[in-house]
Amino acid sequence: MIAFLRNTWRGLTSMRTALTLLFLLALAAMPGALLPQLSLNASKVDEYVAQHGWWGRFLLKLGFFEVYATPWFAAIYLLLFTSLVGCLLPRTWEYFKQMRARPVLTPRNLSRMPHHAQAVLDVTPEEVVEKAKKSMRGWRMDAGDGTVSAERGYLRETGNLVFHFALLGLLVSFALGKMFSYEGQVIVQANGGQFCNGGIFNYDQFRPGLRVDGTDLTPFCVEVGKFSAEYLDNGQPVGYQADIRYQSGADLAANTWQPYNLQVNHPLRTDGDRLYLLGHGYTPTFTVTFPNGEKRTQGIQWLPTDQLTLASEGATKFDPPGVTDSEQRRKSQIAVTGLLAPTPLLHGNILNSKFPALNNPMVAVDVYRGDLGVDDGRGQSIFSIDQKMVEQGRLQKVARKNLALGEEIALDDGTKVRFDSVNDWVSLQVSHDPTQGYVLLFAILIILGLGVSLTVKRRRVWVRATPQDDGRTLVEVGGLARTDQAGYGEEFTRLARAVLNEEKS
Amino acid sequence: MPVNETLATYSDWLYRSALGVYLFAILLYAVEQAFARAPRKKAEALVGAGAPVPGILADEPKSELSKPERIGRMGAALTVLGAVLHLASLVMRGLSAGRAPWGNMYEYMSLLCLAAVVTWLVLMAKFPIRRLGAFVLTPILILLFLGGTVLYAESAPVQPALRSYWLVIHVSVISISSGVLLIPGVTSILYLLKDGKADRFPKLPSADVLDRMSYRTTVLAFPLFTAGIICGAIWAEAAWGRFWGWDPKETVAFVSWVVYAAYLHARATAGWRGRGAAWINVAGFALNVFNLFFINLVTSGLHSYAGL
Ligand code: HEM
Repeated sequence: MIAFLRNTWRGLTSMRTALTLLFLLALAAMPGALLPQLSLNASKVDEYVAQHGWWGRFLLKLGFFEVYATPWFAAIYLLLFTSLVGCLLPRTWEYFKQMRARPVLTPRNLSRMPHHAQAVLDVTPEEVVEKAKKSMRGWRMDAGDGTVSAERGYLRETGNLVFHFALLGLLVSFALGKMFSYEGQVIVQANGGQFCNGGIFNYDQFRPGLRVDGTDLTPFCVEVGKFSAEYLDNGQPVGYQADIRYQSGADLAANTWQPYNLQVNHPLRTDGDRLYLLGHGYTPTFTVTFPNGEKRTQGIQWLPTDQLTLASEGATKFDPPGVTDSEQRRKSQIAVTGLLAPTPLLHGNILNSKFPALNNPMVAVDVYRGDLGVDDGRGQSIFSIDQKMVEQGRLQKVARKNLALGEEIALDDGTKVRFDSVNDWVSLQVSHDPTQGYVLLFAILIILGLGVSLTVKRRRVWVRATPQDDGRTLVEVGGLARTDQAGYGEEFTRLARAVLNEEKS
Repeated sequence: MPVNETLATYSDWLYRSALGVYLFAILLYAVEQAFARAPRKKAEALVGAGAPVPGILADEPKSELSKPERIGRMGAALTVLGAVLHLASLVMRGLSAGRAPWGNMYEYMSLLCLAAVVTWLVLMAKFPIRRLGAFVLTPILILLFLGGTVLYAESAPVQPALRSYWLVIHVSVISISSGVLLIPGVTSILYLLKDGKADRFPKLPSADVLDRMSYRTTVLAFPLFTAGIICGAIWAEAAWGRFWGWDPKETVAFVSWVVYAAYLHARATAGWRGRGAAWINVAGFALNVFNLFFINLVTSGLHSYAGL
């Protein structure tokens, strides 16, 4: 039993196993790049599964659409981790022993070494030893009776261990980050819209880590002020920015605000959370004047359907005022749907957009009246009306028209719909990851360790001076690079040249 | 910032001239490779015995250059000229758009190939391998040609997410390290051809030299590549809200990083040295090319360059 465990452990921590596991990891990560992934684009996954029949369902069952969350990926990751720990422990032990060890005694036959040179010189062995000691300053060295053995490049192993331990640290911090991080997205109206990180329900979309239930998010609030964008002539965006105010920590209690200029590539970092400006779009505002003279004004974000021209679609929904009978209310709800063109381009009556900035924006609207179906308990998209209601005839299209700013439509019952104005909205992302600082630290250590371990060479030099019968001295120099011979030749040549000459030092 | 059309046009001319010059260089290298005699095995340095350190102080005997060798030298000179034109084309691009000249796939490819050519020039100065020039420059020329045709994009500013000094750092480091990694990709293939059957390709350098070249260039490029990936992660944290999100491009970069790490391990593992390691190196480069073409052009991730 013990033997079995020991063999398993040995097998698991051998270089060969580590190599195999590295390949497995590479192989297992690949599907994540080739197949659509749930975490990145869930609708593409649905599409793929639908298109590929049993094969798609098979892949779905095996977790190929969420590769990095599957048990098999975790298994490889953990095995590699174990293997890494297993090979690092003995190597660390070795390392401390080696740090105190003396250079290896001069071997008997130096001509067997990969690097070797010799000459018979008119000097004494003592002079040779002195010269060798001088030319190898900085090496760890033992000089004995007519021989010198020297070694240097211990830093290589240091770098190597730093690299591997940092890798370990990075894996651990990454995994911890996955547990305690979260990420949420929300759309906020510019010029006064507010958002507070109070709970999951304030978000349009929220992705918690495994150990996050959303009950204790760090509180902070933002208020979005003026948004501005800059475009090239072809509509390609050049830069976005939003002036925001925020409060966190003590500011919350004191109700004071800090200004910040939020830009792409320049997130706001506050109290362990980060706030990003992801994108923007437009919010048309409509005023409905009901037959009884009452007015309702609504502005809700519409969704850009063309990223280059920001032509946007949406649905702005109204409840009739003062109607308490729910039956009656459901017959006279109003939805203004259609297309918003920030810079209009008209082909006859067909409206489209030709540029993403606001230049006399227009909307092409369809006005619906009837039952919007918002009360039946099923959530519905804020960007569209429920087509089922239209198909069942419970919601009817009662007008269609292109409107410029300030223009209005009159419905058959005297209701008027006016297109008032257009506001910007911004989509914000809040991200929280308590371990990313550690990940960065380990990543830097990885590079440093790697740099040291790949540039420093562990190498040895031996010198032996043997007196000859004729009173001269045979001087032999041998050299060995412990890891890779590449590049050692030049240094050895230089050293050998320094030792193998007859000048007195 | 408006684009300077004149400079952009100069840049395109220079690019095309560089391609032409490389093509000539390839032809000259090919002539040398075809007509030069196989290299004689040089006596191992430093093995001699006797008085004043033979093999250390003695210079190599200066022999007359044969005709093919002279042609090969011209090839090398043309490569230098090509690299200068190539560099000038990149600089003009940058000046014309007022930004670092690696903001789309065409420019990225151009920088990558320049890094490969420069690496090759440095290696040529260190190892007696000039005649392999044709093998190395051909894939580079193919990439440059694809870059200049299929991937070509007009000089223009870049989208907001790319407006960052991280673009300058991350993309250049990744591109240069990938370029350097092209060289061991090629020499590893040559190694696989040569190894085992020493007499099958008598004109190729010894398997040992090829293996050493592959190792030394990989060892140089791998920390760079690692640093490039890490810079990418730092940038992703600022631009996309997370430092790592398994975006297709990130994933393939990770996979090829693991493959190169496996290469370094394979060289230290009995039974994997030599052929095994060479195959792994080739696989690593294949993955880099795959990342460049397939992931950019076929899958859709956050990493696509504007206007290709
Ligand atoms: C059981 C696990 C592991 C063992 C036994 C091991 C062992 C080694 C050894 C002996 C070297 C030195 C090779 C040399 O240069 O002669 C090395 C280097 C290296 N290892 Fe590991 N390693 C393990 C896991 C990993 C993992 C998981 C990675 C990364 C994915 C990794 C990445 C590297 C890299 C990049 C090098 C090159 C740096 C250098 O040569 O110092 N290793 N490893």
